[in-house]
Amino acid sequence: MSELLLDIRNLRLSFFTPAGEVKALNDVSLKLEEGDVLGIVGESGSGKSVTAYSIMGLTVHPGRIIGGTIDFNSHNITEMTEADMRMMRGNEVSIIFQDPMTSLNPVYTIGNQIREVIMLHTDKNKAQANERAIELMELVGINEPIKRLKQYPHELSGGMRQRVMIAIALACEPKLLIADEPTTALDVTIQAQILELMIELKNKLGMSIIMITHDLGIVANMCKKIAVMYGGKVVEYGTTEDIFYNPRHEYTKGLLRSIPKLNDKEHKKLIPIEGTPVDMLNPPAGCPFAPRCESCMKICISKMPEYVDVAEGHYSACWLIQKEAFEQGGETNE
Amino acid sequence: MGKYVIKRVLLAAVTLWLVATITFALMNLVPGGPFLSEKTPSEATLKALNEKYGLDQPLIVQYKNYMQKAIQGDFGPSLKQRGRMVKQIITTGFKVSARVGGLSILIAALIGVPLGSVAALNRGKWIDNVIIVFTTSGIAVPSFVVSTVLMLVFSIMLGWLPTYGLSSPLHYIMPVAALALYPTSYIARLMRSSMLEVLGQDYMRTAKAKGLSQFAILFKHALRNAILPIITYLGPLIAYTLTGSFVVEKIFTIPGLGSDFISSIINRDYTLIMGTTIFLAFLLITMNLVVDIAYKIVDPRIKLK
Repeated sequence: MSELLLDIRNLRLSFFTPAGEVKALNDVSLKLEEGDVLGIVGESGSGKSVTAYSIMGLTVHPGRIIGGTIDFNSHNITEMTEADMRMMRGNEVSIIFQDPMTSLNPVYTIGNQIREVIMLHTDKNKAQANERAIELMELVGINEPIKRLKQYPHELSGGMRQRVMIAIALACEPKLLIADEPTTALDVTIQAQILELMIELKNKLGMSIIMITHDLGIVANMCKKIAVMYGGKVVEYGTTEDIFYNPRHEYTKGLLRSIPKLNDKEHKKLIPIEGTPVDMLNPPAGCPFAPRCESCMKICISKMPEYVDVAEGHYSACWLIQKEAFEQGGETNE
Repeated sequence: MGKYVIKRVLLAAVTLWLVATITFALMNLVPGGPFLSEKTPSEATLKALNEKYGLDQPLIVQYKNYMQKAIQGDFGPSLKQRGRMVKQIITTGFKVSARVGGLSILIAALIGVPLGSVAALNRGKWIDNVIIVFTTSGIAVPSFVVSTVLMLVFSIMLGWLPTYGLSSPLHYIMPVAALALYPTSYIARLMRSSMLEVLGQDYMRTAKAKGLSQFAILFKHALRNAILPIITYLGPLIAYTLTGSFVVEKIFTIPGLGSDFISSIINRDYTLIMGTTIFLAFLLITMNLVVDIAYKIVDPRIKLK
């Protein structure tokens, strides 16, 4: 087993809005080993981005971590000073955002924005930083890097800008790269290129990646482990094989049913998950997915299920698993 | 860039010609003349004066004569201020007004920009509310009220500052403050809203994710983007403020250009009306060009065509 790089335990995070406390994360626990790729899947508002931002200390006001720990590289991030956090950001942990069109500052050159992070975290001077920037741009497949140094973001296409973002993220060879829906804002062919690039870079540089997406196709290609999030909770966690071939949570099953398949008959309708996402201001007492769950039982509404290990490294929080186990004469966790 | 400037200069010439023509027409449409007052001079004097200044000729000829000279930079003598040339009046007045106005613009920018930024960074907190109240009042209260209140407090009640003239640095404090209040407040409000918009931008999050300090994030990444609307506002502001304020100059007895704008019209001092109007138009056009070029420097996305 390789080293544990990231260990999030019972993370709870709330946004204190005028309308009340929005419990964005409710007991989120995740583990990531060095060199692994973890996919976090879930719909909008499930807490996947909030989880990622909290690792970087980027939680925005009025959000606040109210419980749990985030151990990165054996340091508890939740107790770090802001100065220590700054040393870590862009250096040991980097992030790529969803929309490359707006993630770069429009009034500074590409060169300036790549140099900035290099000069901040290393003692390279401007000329050395420039060299490194060119090297990085070649690494991420940007043509004519010397010319690009002097160009502004608006002179580059979306795909190119995302490559610049990746170059910035990789500038200090981070241990962990967080990709927050890195391809959502790009068109399909560019999406494929960027994902391919990320896999290639991972193999070359050996960093760990957290891939946040709502696209199951992406995680199937890239990730070793998958965490399925719903309503501020990780409802199922396992290897990619576990999740795709042996999903145990009803939400995961629903997600998989809603993907179109190539060998489906023509005109076959997709099966959507009925209902609307959880109201995070008034979350249900029981399983957050219960109101939308087709197999919902009485207990699901009143009580939150505990995690059950269904296999080595594959666990899920669903009462049905416990029910099945009980019916088969096994012991339940209750 | 060079091509753009040449184009703008040519356009400016056309604009100036239009301004001069319209002003010439309007001022002659207004009844009265420079030599009429309560004590109407005799027929003969009037005729002699009109003849001397060429006002007896048909308007079209007057217009032709004026324009011919104006193009060569000769704006003629003032009709009312005996023995003074229009150019001389404008130069002396402008020197005074520009000093007071320049100082107040400088102060407005130096206080307004940080004030607005502080308000935006502390959105919804008490300091933001204080700044909002202060700037709203600053915009709402007219300069003659500010001037008189300042005078009342600092000159009459406290006896700290002199009330008229510009003979020492102390003399500048009140007129500059009175002139600066409005632009300071306006810039602060503009800065607040533009800073709020910038703070919510994705690239600010990127800057933070790079590990930059709060200082670098604000001064490098936010300020340059947020300052753009201020630059737009500064162009006309500079032109208007440098040419003086009638009210403030009257209250503090400052021999600036501001009073000449108004008095020349009241006096029907035709040549001075033309001179001051063309001068203000020229300054405005120049400042707008400067602003456009400054804009291009600050924001590379702007294309000058």
